[in-house]
Amino acid sequence: MIALYQKVFGIGLQDTFVYRWNFVLRSLFSIIPLIATVFIWRAVCEQGSGLSEYNFSSMVFYFIGVLMVDNLASPTEDEWRIASEIREGQISSLLTKPLNHLAYRLSLFGAYRCLYTLVTLPVMGAVVWGLSRHIQLPQQILTWPLFFLSVAGSALIQFFIAYSLAMLAFWIMEVSTLIFILYSFEYFLSGHVFPLDLLPASVRSVLEWTPFPYELFFPVQILLERLDVASIQKGFMMQFFWVCVTGASARLLWNLGVRRYQASGG
Amino acid sequence: MLRYLKIYAILMRNSLIREMSFKANFLLWTLVEVLWFSGQVLFIEVLFGHVDKLGDWTKWQVVALVGTHQVVAQLFQAFFYVNLTQIPELVRTGKLDVFLTLPLDSQFAVSSKQFGLDNFVNTVLGLAITGYALLRLGVTPGALQVLLYCCCVLFGVAVHYSVMCSLSTFCFWIIRAQGLVYGYFNLFNIGRYPESVYRGAFKFMFTWVLPVILVANVPVRILTEVAYTPWAAIGQLVGTSLLVLGFTRWFWLRGLGRYASASS
Repeated sequence: MIALYQKVFGIGLQDTFVYRWNFVLRSLFSIIPLIATVFIWRAVCEQGSGLSEYNFSSMVFYFIGVLMVDNLASPTEDEWRIASEIREGQISSLLTKPLNHLAYRLSLFGAYRCLYTLVTLPVMGAVVWGLSRHIQLPQQILTWPLFFLSVAGSALIQFFIAYSLAMLAFWIMEVSTLIFILYSFEYFLSGHVFPLDLLPASVRSVLEWTPFPYELFFPVQILLERLDVASIQKGFMMQFFWVCVTGASARLLWNLGVRRYQASGG
Repeated sequence: MLRYLKIYAILMRNSLIREMSFKANFLLWTLVEVLWFSGQVLFIEVLFGHVDKLGDWTKWQVVALVGTHQVVAQLFQAFFYVNLTQIPELVRTGKLDVFLTLPLDSQFAVSSKQFGLDNFVNTVLGLAITGYALLRLGVTPGALQVLLYCCCVLFGVAVHYSVMCSLSTFCFWIIRAQGLVYGYFNLFNIGRYPESVYRGAFKFMFTWVLPVILVANVPVRILTEVAYTPWAAIGQLVGTSLLVLGFTRWFWLRGLGRYASASS
């Protein structure tokens, strides 16, 4: 059974390899907003009385962490592809195969992320090198496994959400607006634009119950070693909770959707 | 010229009919933009919760900047965005042939096929935010300022158009150029912040070579610095946008020279 999905993973690697230049271009372009972010926080820190949580260097390191987690864990085109497979009817050929569609798609997602991370490694390397004086590597060795565990959790949550949204294509023609609506929440509330601990405590305590902080902010905080043991434990528990909820919704929507599915023509 | 205007009117009418048959979608797109906008405002709130000024800009100046950026970007997207993103696909499949056989300029034909009505709604939203920010700033721009603002917004649209069209034109060389479309959003992302926070080579690159930072900054300066008109900055915007527009034309013709269609 595992071998089957290993094979899918391999096919996924080959399939996405044609997009390698796309990946390089994408990662090159993603540096431009990063540089702008660095400039803005420099202006903020130079003004600087109010920002007690971060200094300029830790802020820069925060955004390098964001870029890393984003590369490793954020689905880029999966939801679009799954939705278009359903809309165009190509899913029929998958239904006849002895595959679990969710596991199949998860394997492809894994392949996609691995290849993306690998191809864009030189670009990431250049960013890390260029900003190296702001990077403070973790003091404790345990931080690394915890970081990668949280990245894996983040990848699962993001993938399951993307998959669930794509499943809506069974019911409605156009899911792209819904994808963008969710994306705008994710973009601002997961810590992409600013570290969430700059928000007022009341807002943060509400936000902690949503899946968004565990997609980006939580892993980056672990990398920056800004959390105590209790917060790490609590964070992992919430992350695990959201992996289960989003995973269950992905499965449920697939089961309901397939029942509705009708392919016409040949 | 008149012929092109007439054709454009017909194309607009067609788009309008098409858009109105997907009303729910139209409303959802507007919601997407409102959400994005709220996110931006949240970010500004967070920033100015910690400082009084960003560069030399106050909070409501930055809000006006975000609003004006929205106006320029949405006007561009209303008229051109969808059409330009389709170019790589047209080239890959060979469907560009249809546009080349029309008795029209090819760049005009591919750039103007359809337009987005929801983007007009969002343009109005951007204008409203800019207006509200001016109210909070207590500034009343005169007729000259408003006129200059409108002109600069149009030059800004030209910059957006040039960048996106050039990125799409790369597809004549690289067939899978979808990655470049993201480049557009990444590039204009930086135009929402005050010019004065940027420095060095980065600033030079994006104010003199590819003037994406000027696009919203110059119009907002015209409105908020009523005491004097920033003629130098206006000149810079006009000059650089004409240059990139000219480059785009040249680049499009070069790309077209490489087009070999696809066998059918």
